[in-house]
Order: sequence, then C-alpha cells, then structure tokens
Amino acid sequence: MNGGILDPQGPIASSERLILINATAIMLVVVVPVIVLTLFFAWRYRAGNAGAQYAPDWGYSGQIELIVWSVPAMVVILLAGVGWISSHQLDPAHKIAAAAAPLRVEVVSLDWKWLFIYPDLHVASVDELVLPIDTPVDFTLTSATVMTAFFIPQLGSQIYTMPGMQSHLNLLASHAGDFPGQAAHFSGDGFSRMHFLVHAVAAAEFARWSAQRQAAGPKLDAAAYALLARPGSALRPQTFAAVDADLFDRITHGTEVGAAAPVAPVMPVAASAGH
Amino acid sequence: MGKLTWSVIPWNQPLPMTASLVLALTGSFLLGLVTWKHRWPYLWHEWLTSVDHKRIGILYVLLSLVMLLRGFTDAIMMRTQQALAAGAAQGYLPPEHYDQIFSAHGTIMIFFMAMPFMVGLMNFVVPLQLGVRDVAFPVLNAVSFWLTASGALLVNMSLVIGEFAKTGWLPYPPLSELQYSPGVGVDYYLWALQIAGVGSLLSGINLVTTILKLRAPGMSYMRMPVFCWTALASNLLIVAAFPILTATLGMLLLDRYVGMHFFTSNGGGNAMLFFNLIWAWGHPEVYILILPAFGIFSEVIATFCGKTIFGYRSMVLATMAICILSFMVWLHHFFTMGAGADVNGFFGIMTMIIAVPTGVKMFNWLFTLYRGRIRFEVPMLWALGFMVTFVIGGLTGVLLAVPPADFVLHNSLFLVAHFHNVLIGGVLFGGMAGYNYWFPKAFGFRLDRRLGLLSFWCWLIGFYLAFMPLYVLGLLGMTRRVQHYDNPAWQPYLVCAEIGAVIVFCGIVAQIAQLIVSIRTRARRRDPSGDPWDGRTLEWSVTSPPPHYNYAVLPQVTGRDAFWAAKRGPSADAPKPAAPKPAAPAPVEVPNNSPNGFVTAFFAVVMGFALVWHIWWMAIAGAVCALLTLLVFAWVPRTQTEISAETLAARERSDAAAGTRSA
Repeated sequence: MNGGILDPQGPIASSERLILINATAIMLVVVVPVIVLTLFFAWRYRAGNAGAQYAPDWGYSGQIELIVWSVPAMVVILLAGVGWISSHQLDPAHKIAAAAAPLRVEVVSLDWKWLFIYPDLHVASVDELVLPIDTPVDFTLTSATVMTAFFIPQLGSQIYTMPGMQSHLNLLASHAGDFPGQAAHFSGDGFSRMHFLVHAVAAAEFARWSAQRQAAGPKLDAAAYALLARPGSALRPQTFAAVDADLFDRITHGTEVGAAAPVAPVMPVAASAGH
Repeated sequence: MGKLTWSVIPWNQPLPMTASLVLALTGSFLLGLVTWKHRWPYLWHEWLTSVDHKRIGILYVLLSLVMLLRGFTDAIMMRTQQALAAGAAQGYLPPEHYDQIFSAHGTIMIFFMAMPFMVGLMNFVVPLQLGVRDVAFPVLNAVSFWLTASGALLVNMSLVIGEFAKTGWLPYPPLSELQYSPGVGVDYYLWALQIAGVGSLLSGINLVTTILKLRAPGMSYMRMPVFCWTALASNLLIVAAFPILTATLGMLLLDRYVGMHFFTSNGGGNAMLFFNLIWAWGHPEVYILILPAFGIFSEVIATFCGKTIFGYRSMVLATMAICILSFMVWLHHFFTMGAGADVNGFFGIMTMIIAVPTGVKMFNWLFTLYRGRIRFEVPMLWALGFMVTFVIGGLTGVLLAVPPADFVLHNSLFLVAHFHNVLIGGVLFGGMAGYNYWFPKAFGFRLDRRLGLLSFWCWLIGFYLAFMPLYVLGLLGMTRRVQHYDNPAWQPYLVCAEIGAVIVFCGIVAQIAQLIVSIRTRARRRDPSGDPWDGRTLEWSVTSPPPHYNYAVLPQVTGRDAFWAAKRGPSADAPKPAAPKPAAPAPVEVPNNSPNGFVTAFFAVVMGFALVWHIWWMAIAGAVCALLTLLVFAWVPRTQTEISAETLAARERSDAAAGTRSA
C-alpha cells in the first residue's frame, strides 16, 4: 500500500489507520462467522439433504433471541467507545502537542487550485505545500468559490473548505517526502486536476526555502489575487514573496476582489485536451 | 420561448445524439407496433388509465427496469472513462460531459430505478398480502405513478434538449447556485425531482393509509407479513422525509429563480444549511429503499426454506427501530465539515446503533435457514447473495461511522464502494428477488430458471469485480468523481472494475433474455395453481394473475402465514383453517378507470419543461391545466362499479372448474 491512507507519514494518519484496522477486526469477529454460517446452513439444509432436520414451525427461541440482540449490541458498545474517544482525540481542530512551535498555514480553495498562505512568514504558494517535519501545522481553511475538501491522504484527516467560513485542521508530518494532496469534494469541471504536492522537509531546509521565497518573487496583492481567482487549473506551482496580512480574512468574508466576481461563462480547464 | 432555442440541442456531440436517436427509433417502433396491432384501446383502458394497484405496481417496476438500462449505460461510460484516463491519456469524456454522466447516474438510479422498483413491488404485493381489494386511494395511486414517470421523462429529456446537472446526484450549493451552474442542468434536476417527489409523497400516504386502515378481517398488526411491516416503515419514512426534500429543493429553486440567498456563498446564505436539510431527507431515503428489500428477503427466505420466519417479533421491532433511528444519523454524511468532537461522536454512535437492529435481522434470516428445507430457486439465490454481500457493506458502513476513519475515507472510492455494496447488494438484489418471486403472480407464468440463474451469477460476480477494487482504491487515496488521474498504480484496479461492469452487463442481457424467452414460451410455463413456490402469505391464495378485485370474499385471517396454515389444514398450531371457504360472495365495488393520473402528469411535464426553460406562459398554462384536471376528476360522480354476486360466483366457479385454484 504505497501512497494511500494505509501508508501514513504522520501521527494523525497513523492513528486513523490504527482505528480503521481495529474497527475492522472487531467487526470481522462477527461478520466472518455470519458469512460462513450462511453458506454452511444453505448447504446443510438444502432440500436434497435427507439427513438434515426440518422444523417448519420453529420460529422462536428465547436464548437465540438473546444472543441475536446482544452480539451486535456488544460489538456496537465496543465500537461506540472507540468512536467517541477517537472522535475527541482526533478532532481536526485539536492542537497537536510537539516540541516544535506550530506553523500556521492559511488555505484557500480556488477554482481549481490551492492557495497556501504562511501568514507568519509572509510567503504564499499555489498547488505546492512545503512543510517542516516534526512540526505541528495549524491549518485555517476557507474557500473563495464553491465548497471542496482539503485532503492529504498520507497525513490524515480531510476537512471541508467553505466560502464565508473558516475551518480548522491540525496535521503533522513525521517523515520527509513528497505526498500527494487533493481536492476531495467535487467542485466543478476542473475538480480532477485540483491537486497539489506536499513537500515535507527537514526544519533547516524549510527555513532555507522560506527565506529564499521571501527574497524573490512576485507579491500577492489584489491584482495578483484577482488573476489567481479566475477559474482554471494552475499549470505549475508558483510562490509569492509577500502577502497582504489580511488577505485571508478578506477572502473569507468575500470582500476580496476576485472572491465575489461572477464566474460565468466558465473558462476551459487548461489541461483538458480530451475532446 | 424563454431560453429555448435550436442551439440547445447538442448536434455536435455523438454520444447523446446516438442515444436519443436509439430512444426515438425504439419509441417510434413501439408506438407504430401498438398502432399497427390496434392495441391503443387495450393500452389506454388496461394500463394508462388503470387504477388497479397491481397494474400500477407493474408499471412502476417497468419504469424502474427501463431506467436501470439508462443508469447502467451511464455507469459503464464512467467505468470506461476511469479505466482509460490515467496519466497522459485523457479518456473519451471531457469533464463537462463526465460530470453530467455521474450526476445523471446517481439521480436516475436512486429516484427512478430504486424508488419505483420498491414502490412498484409494494404497490403490487401489499394489498394482496393484507387480503384487501386495492389501496386506500386507487386514483391517487395512479396520479403518484404518472408523476414519478413525469420526473423520469424530464431527466431523460435533458439528454437531448440542453444539459443535465453537473453537480452530483445531490446538488450541493454553492456549486448548484446560479453563479456557478448557470445552465439548465440543475433546473432539470430540481423540477424533475419536485414533480416526482409529489408522486412519492402521495404514494407514501396511500400505502400508510392502506396498511393502517384496510386489512382483511383478522389481519391484526402482529399477523401481517414482514413485508407489510417493512412497507409500513418505509412509507412512514416517505411521509416524514419527502416534505423535507421538497422544501430544500424549493429553497434552492428560490435562490436560482428569484435571487434569494438561502444557500448562496454571499448575501448571508449558508451552504451548511443545505447539507443538513438534504441529508435529513437523504438518510431516511436509504432506509426507504432498503426496508422493503429487507421485507422481500424475509418473504423469500421463509418461503424457500418452507419454514416460518425466525424471530418475527424481533423482525418487527428491528424494522420499526430502524425507521425511527434513521432520522437521527444524518450528520454522518459530513463528519468532515468540522462540527466538533461531541457532535461527530454523537452521530457516529447513533449510526452504529442502527447496526444492532440490522444485525438482528441478519441473524434472524440465518436462523430461518437453520432447519429449513431450502430450495435454490432464483429468488432464493438473490437472497443468499444478499446475505453474504450485505454484511460486507454493513461492515464498511459501520467503519465509516467512526468519525476519524471517515476523515480519511470520506469522498473516496471506498465510500462509493460502500454505498454500492449496500444499494446493489441490498436494494437491487432485493428488487431482483422480488421480481423473480412475484412475476408468476403478476402474469400467471414463471420466468425461465436457467437464464435467471445466469443473470444472478453475472450480477454477483460482476458486482464483486466492479466494487472490491474500489474499496482498495479508496484506501490508496483515490477520490470519487475524478474524470482523470495521474497515478498509474490505480489503473489496474479500474480496469478490473470495468471488467466487472461488463459482467454485470451480461447479467442485464440475461435478464432481458429471460423476460423475452419466458414470454415467448409462456404457454408451457403457465402456473395454474396460483401458488408456484408453495407460498405462505395470502397473495398466493388467489389465481395468477389475480382478478382485478383480488378477493371475491375477503379472507378471514386467524394467524401468521395465513395461506400456509390454510393449506396444511387444521392442526394443533392452527385450530381453524385460516381461510374458510365462504358460501357465496357478496357484490363487490371496484374503482373505475380514470385518466386523471395520465392527464395530470402530462401537464406536469409541460409545466416542468417550461419552468426549466423559463417559458412562463407555458408554465402557467401547464400548472393551471394540471390543477383543473385534478379538480374536474374530483367531481366525477360515479367512481365505482359494482360487480354482482352472480358474476363473481361464475368466475370463481370457472376458476375452480379449470383446476386453477389450489385451496
């Protein structure tokens, strides 16, 4: 299982995989016998089997009824405990405890690309998310257009991005590497190409990257943002050297230029050469 | 003519044009055949204006099977696109076309395949099982069916005239708002569902009233067949849930047509409201579909085991528990919205609790097999296939109910595999079991067994090949609804899924062949007994097909499995025969045919089409005419005809003389 949710690269994704496996195992304890018994009974009590008992009026047994209700109930009680506890432990808004100070990232879903703003570093990138390893990442997310979902399968939990609202997600990468990220919730014609790449790098390398980006590159001002907000897929990732401090809040509240502009007619998606 | 011009017909797109050409040719051929054979009077009097619950039930199932072909065509087109479009390859469907196909697939399969299939079987069977002559409101029943058919027609018109929604089967705003979906696709969706939704609601009211108020003498609640219980639960859910759908889609219509801001991304609108409302209907909807299927399996398993259902009271309790719980779980469809740990935890647990009554049902079927005498007829194989398949879907469903598991599985192909696992493995298998089981009752001859078995095995194997790879792909991180992907490792799984879809296609061909072959050889497939499977419930006590009044004399019910008890005669368990032979039938009143439903639905289509295209004069005309039709027919003075006792007695005698009565 390379690259999916069974190949976790951080603690959130690891815990989620563990829950997945545990819950499946708990249920298999009941499901496997049910399947085996179904097939066995069907074979054993076939009409042609003269040796099998036939009890046409037998339709009630208090003991079996007790088992029939209590077995699923006990499984569900067990799973409910797993669900309730894990739901609290792995709440996306729950901050991750770690030695390193958290890195704040503001995420904006656009038609059909991802804008990542590092508010404390004053840099931004499109369709490319560079993260230091072993550092909790505190995401705040919104959408400049329709709803979609932000999802990096190998780091764990996805979360919806919604216009006019901010959602919260905390993730951590414990291994360096490149992990695919994607829009998980259908958002229109360019949806299939709305993916991004996560580069998880050592802290020192991350510091080098952000210094480099701060030093050179275009500024993400109103004009640059308006260009970015036009529907279409980004042809390649790009970065910005400076970002207005309140850009993210203005996008959230729909006061940024590009955010409220009507998009009809929809521009053709850059890479769809299929017809 | 509003927004309607010649340019809205996609002349340059070969796929929809070919499809519509085939449809047009088939339609013309059928209409020509009817005209040539002078069958219009027959069609009009016996089917189009019929208010007989059995005829309407058959029409529902027919609509459903035709829509299955349309929905499956969409499905195999999607599978083919995904099998091709890896890396540099783009497949053959551009996004704006692919998006319409998956939206139409879901919409058609849920609203115009699964719903009519279940509603049709309930319509046909429930009055017969209850031992009564028709549903509570026969004319309303016809109106319901024709409104559902109107919705199906509107969705299919979008294939040729304009476009369909590109938003998925649930049109989530803000994507479905005018700002992001300016075309007519979403409007087609909305008006088709509003019209069909009225039909569903009326049908729900009708069947609830029938079950609560019209039962044969002695048919107390705890003597009703399990299918009647599940039909009651399902229709209660329809009555409670469909108004939510109508209101929700109504708000979206107001946003789109008069510039309101219920769900828009600006002006104070809130899309989260739509999510909550649509799933407050949407989750009960899945139980509206699966509960009747559970009922069918209960009937089929008991019959082919030759044994009373195990744990009848548990079955009833479980059914009604699911009915109530289904309204308390809607939030599990959007755990990833960030509602917080308490809310997610609560809805996760509520969802898991539904697994308890469902698990109880599974065990009860299992213990019905135990010490049975199992005959592997086609309906029974569908039931066994269901039992094995559905528990896997149940497992993955409970998995998705654990919020942190859902955080990584939501919106993935794992989710797609899960709901196809329960919808195909549950609802569709149930529909097929019911179709094979009750077909001899409806038409008086059996379906071909060998082709039925072939169809079953193709569906079962095809299903596993098509959907097990999707579970894996979900774990590999592939999201649903992608028209193209870059990861080449996903392609082999998608090719496997495509092969599965082709095998399912073979199953559908076998199904069609089964119907054609059986009709052509019906003379030797006749079932004179009316009871081909050694049935247990009252529908098997009448001739096949049943007379339009069902029962000359209403049966006297003294216990469960009324017909089974009557066949076995007096015993320690059943001191009296369940259906004592009455001396002479009394006159029976039967409802007259009424073109009300057909005419109302015609005007509803006119109205819906006009609203989609903003042709206001036509919309007003259609709405006024539809209302006038309803009013005019409400004042028809004579709605019933009496069948005299002599006629009834003569028919009963002739049936008996022909040896067509078994009891």
